[in-house]
Amino acid sequence: MTLLEAILLTIITASTPLLIAAIGELVVERAGVLNLGVEGMMIMGAAAGIAAAITTGNSGLGVLAAVLAGMALAAVFAFLTLGLATNQVAAGLALSIFGLGLSGVVGAPFVGVQRAGIGKIEIPFLSEIPFLGPVLFAQDPFVYASFALVVGVSWFLWRSRAGLVLRACGENHASAHALGYPVLRIRLYAVLFGGACAGLAGAYLSLAYTPFWTSGMTGGRGWIALAIVVFASWLPWRAAIGAYLFGGITILQLHAQGAGVPLPSQLLSALPYLITILVLVLIMRLRRGGAAAPAALGTPFVPDR
Amino acid sequence: MRLVLERRAETPLALRIGSPLLAVALTLLSAIVIFAALGHDPWRALHIYFVMPLSDSWGLQEVAVKATPLVLIAVGLALCYRSNNWNIGAEGQFLVGALAGSWLALATHGAPDGPWLLPAMLACGALGGALFALIPALLKTRFGANEILTSLMLVYVAELLMDWLVRGPWRDPHGFNMPQTVIFEPEATIPLLMEGGRLNIGTPLMLLVVALMAVLAARTLKGFEIRLVGEAPRAARFAGFSETRLTWTVFALSGALAGLAGILEAAGTVRQLQPAISPGYGFTAIIVAFLGRLNPVGCLVAGVFLAITFIGGENAQILLRLPLDVTRVFQGLLLFYVLACDTLLLYRVRLVRGAAA
Amino acid sequence: MTPPLVEAQRIVKRFGALLANDHVDLLVRVGEVHALLGENGAGKSTLVKMLYGLLQPNEGRILWQGRPVTLPSPKAARALGIGMVFQHFSLFENLTVAENVALALDAAAPLPEVAARVAELSAAYGLPLSPGREVWRLSVGERQRVEIIRCLMQDPKLLILDEPTSVLTPQECEGLFATIARLRAEGRAVLYISHKLEEVRRICETATILRQGRVVAATDPRAETAASLARMMVGGDVAALRHEAAAESDAPVRLSVRGLSLPAEDPHGTALRDVSFDLRRGEILGVAGVAGNGQEELFAALSGERLAPRAGQILLDGAPVGREDINARRRRGAAFVPEERLGHAAAPRLPLSENALLSGHAANGFVRGGLLDRGRMLGWVDAVTRAFDVRKGPRDPEARALSGGNLQKFVVGRELLRRPGLLVVAQPTWGVDAGAARLIRQALVDLAREGAAVLVISQDLDELLEIADRLAVIFHGRLSPARPVAGLTREEIGLLMGGAGFAMAAEAG
Repeated sequence: MTLLEAILLTIITASTPLLIAAIGELVVERAGVLNLGVEGMMIMGAAAGIAAAITTGNSGLGVLAAVLAGMALAAVFAFLTLGLATNQVAAGLALSIFGLGLSGVVGAPFVGVQRAGIGKIEIPFLSEIPFLGPVLFAQDPFVYASFALVVGVSWFLWRSRAGLVLRACGENHASAHALGYPVLRIRLYAVLFGGACAGLAGAYLSLAYTPFWTSGMTGGRGWIALAIVVFASWLPWRAAIGAYLFGGITILQLHAQGAGVPLPSQLLSALPYLITILVLVLIMRLRRGGAAAPAALGTPFVPDR
Repeated sequence: MRLVLERRAETPLALRIGSPLLAVALTLLSAIVIFAALGHDPWRALHIYFVMPLSDSWGLQEVAVKATPLVLIAVGLALCYRSNNWNIGAEGQFLVGALAGSWLALATHGAPDGPWLLPAMLACGALGGALFALIPALLKTRFGANEILTSLMLVYVAELLMDWLVRGPWRDPHGFNMPQTVIFEPEATIPLLMEGGRLNIGTPLMLLVVALMAVLAARTLKGFEIRLVGEAPRAARFAGFSETRLTWTVFALSGALAGLAGILEAAGTVRQLQPAISPGYGFTAIIVAFLGRLNPVGCLVAGVFLAITFIGGENAQILLRLPLDVTRVFQGLLLFYVLACDTLLLYRVRLVRGAAA
Repeated sequence: MTPPLVEAQRIVKRFGALLANDHVDLLVRVGEVHALLGENGAGKSTLVKMLYGLLQPNEGRILWQGRPVTLPSPKAARALGIGMVFQHFSLFENLTVAENVALALDAAAPLPEVAARVAELSAAYGLPLSPGREVWRLSVGERQRVEIIRCLMQDPKLLILDEPTSVLTPQECEGLFATIARLRAEGRAVLYISHKLEEVRRICETATILRQGRVVAATDPRAETAASLARMMVGGDVAALRHEAAAESDAPVRLSVRGLSLPAEDPHGTALRDVSFDLRRGEILGVAGVAGNGQEELFAALSGERLAPRAGQILLDGAPVGREDINARRRRGAAFVPEERLGHAAAPRLPLSENALLSGHAANGFVRGGLLDRGRMLGWVDAVTRAFDVRKGPRDPEARALSGGNLQKFVVGRELLRRPGLLVVAQPTWGVDAGAARLIRQALVDLAREGAAVLVISQDLDELLEIADRLAVIFHGRLSPARPVAGLTREEIGLLMGGAGFAMAAEAG
């Protein structure tokens, strides 16, 4: 394996949690809901995942627990924002604070416990393609899942009727309601899907990427996933580009630190965050005039009866 | 069964006051359940958490010391949130304020000069926080970049900047390689209110700020402008108010208050700069702001309550071996309940039998 | 004898304490065009929402072809053969015509197939549309066509049209009436909601008239006069306006606009192009036009919510004010009433006293020594309440607690109390009951008679013909020359509203 292949491999690995979480949030926002609690759901996924995996000794059960934990937090968010029509920004912040705290409590007994991570699976034939093979097809199952999510969500949003209905709810909930679509139920499903994705992304961190628990191990990845959705103009394939861009920066700055670049390591560590800000600014400049965000994003819906 | 919301024509005053109290009550109820689930005697745990911090003079002073930064930051955030400006980077503004003020303390270290130093440090702290907060404000008004994400990203940047300074250029050469600066000169530390106590003049300063902000919010045109921009941005434009300028104003003001809290903490409570200077004040203040119903006096009450949970959490860590994160769970829960109870102000909530919507 | 197509019996609908429908009966036969007449707030929309499954009645029952049915959802209504075109269109701006139509179909169909059907139906019913366009690019009339096609895809037996002509030019109305005639010929029934009496007398053979949630008459409108229908609707005579002859044409010019162009602010907006006019003291100038032709932008430019490119493009009493903000213009004696009551003219969750402050803080002395003078603000509310008969419970309620008509009286009265020298008002009586509408129109006429200049932007042609001295039409951001109302015909205005006469200038631009 060449150095370039190795670097690309690690970039894809580093990008995968961002991509999975961003795709989930993209569906949520397409339905018109802004869930800022990605960070909280993600870290709960990480904590629940490793707790279940260590307790049962089964990584698959760990992944399942992570997904369910993400969905449970998403359900709390849905109850507040859909059931009680509370401010989505505030509820999302609450979810992040709550998730960070609860994950610390859940993960506390497992601090310092090492376990084997979920291994890589080489896909026969495909992994033997020169260059692309080892980079794309000798990865762990999460990476394949992220590929499937991008393709599946693209198809769902633009080729299926259910996807059309979901986008309609995000554009104009009053009209969707007038046509008889159950706006709140559709949004609930979207929010739960987002929670599942965030949980899965968290499981990846604690079960495959760095297979042990540390408090606060998401390190802002949930927030970066939110920024990727904006960067992607709510399009799944662009979210993939965004995620790999951020993953690439993370890996490159790590390599730079390792290679002893004469810059403070803190500056290099700050790069992903600074680039996020820069990208948010640039994308708004490029997109000037064209409103790409779902029109009803972040506005609560209360049907009158 | 499903939930049905019916819009209220008017909100009764009793509800406005009652809703945060209900939220606190629900949090305490949840705390009992959680303590029991973790295998502790809930009454003893509640006592340690919420009563012990108030039972002696040391505890009371400690509550005031912790409440001071929380309330200072929260009243600024309340102005932001009222006007729909989502500054969630107060933690970063707090740190940069501490850095900016400490810079002056370190620059004059060894040769402190006159009574101007302390006021200048406070001004530097406020200015640093304000300038740092203006970054997301400017990016929002100039480029339309989402201020939630930019202000939060800047928290990480501020943390790394602090880390670099105290490990690098500003490290105490005689500090056994610990990541911290020298202890500030007496001239560069905030005077204590009482000899031997913990309270410093930061607390009365905070009370003054609360009073000023209460007048600003309720009795001035600027306060009206803030409410109007948040409530009905188009009507604010019709009133001739500039949303852009207001965004700058509230970000600068909240950043200044967070920065002031930061330098008060560095030069008062800690008396040096170190990475662990804030136990998450900037994030907890978000909860304070909402629990205080985005009202300055409400923030004061809410800040005291959350300060108690901080100290209660420390007590519980020592006496019950409960992880500190339990405190954050309570804080998150509290914010959930506050938001849920706020729905009662706008809507009547009813459970209806029948098909789903 | 075949049973009626649809029958509503003793329908009751409550919203909290409000009784929106009070034992309402309605009977529509196969193949008839049935009018549902009533003022704003009479309960028309509530009734048809129940027929379409959007709301559930508290009491009473609905019969479809003689059999009792429950309509838990619009889907159930559509399955029976009920289609509805809403007054405020329920379209998705960023989706295409075909996607919008597909969303209204109950059976999934591939988009290309839907697009083909749309093209087919639009040709058959004379409703030209291109299926691949995004809705925000369409005119208001075209959007209505999308709504109608959407219903026709389901092959409905009953089509409900909610105030369909309120957004159309007179010529577009004719097109709609032709489509309705064709629907009737095919044996479909139409339930036609309106408060426009002449229209109803022309195209409907039965009418059910609602007042304050009750049926007051079921009659043949062709056998009634417009006046008798109005009496039934309002429950008494509405006095005519006292409106004397127009101002002399040599009165001094108060507002002068010269070659004003302004780009659209948001991507779905309309740019103003080379707008010029003069407005004299004592005169009411009406600006007619179909919604979305630049009315909002014109209001924003005249009020100062958006600044003109050059100061000299707007002159107030001869002074160039194009670069002055709204408060500077207020201090010069101008006053403004925007179209949207809640959210633009008033903040819903703030009390009336603070809503008085909203537009009055610059010129009314509500701020003293840096502090708000709440006593003075409350006094202003009381004065408006007295002068304009604003009905409200407490002395200083939140704006959202007022009914539409009372809030409109408040936001108009709030400005008139200052005795402005110039008033720019958009849609002064939109969605307001007849009594309040008359009071507001009379106040505008009186203000002009006292020497103020008044500009009324409205989509209600009847209103403009009643109160304006001169009339101009806005189309695609251009303003036609203003002409005296006396001597203008509806046909001429309608042609201008549809863009005829603008064509050459538009090509050039």
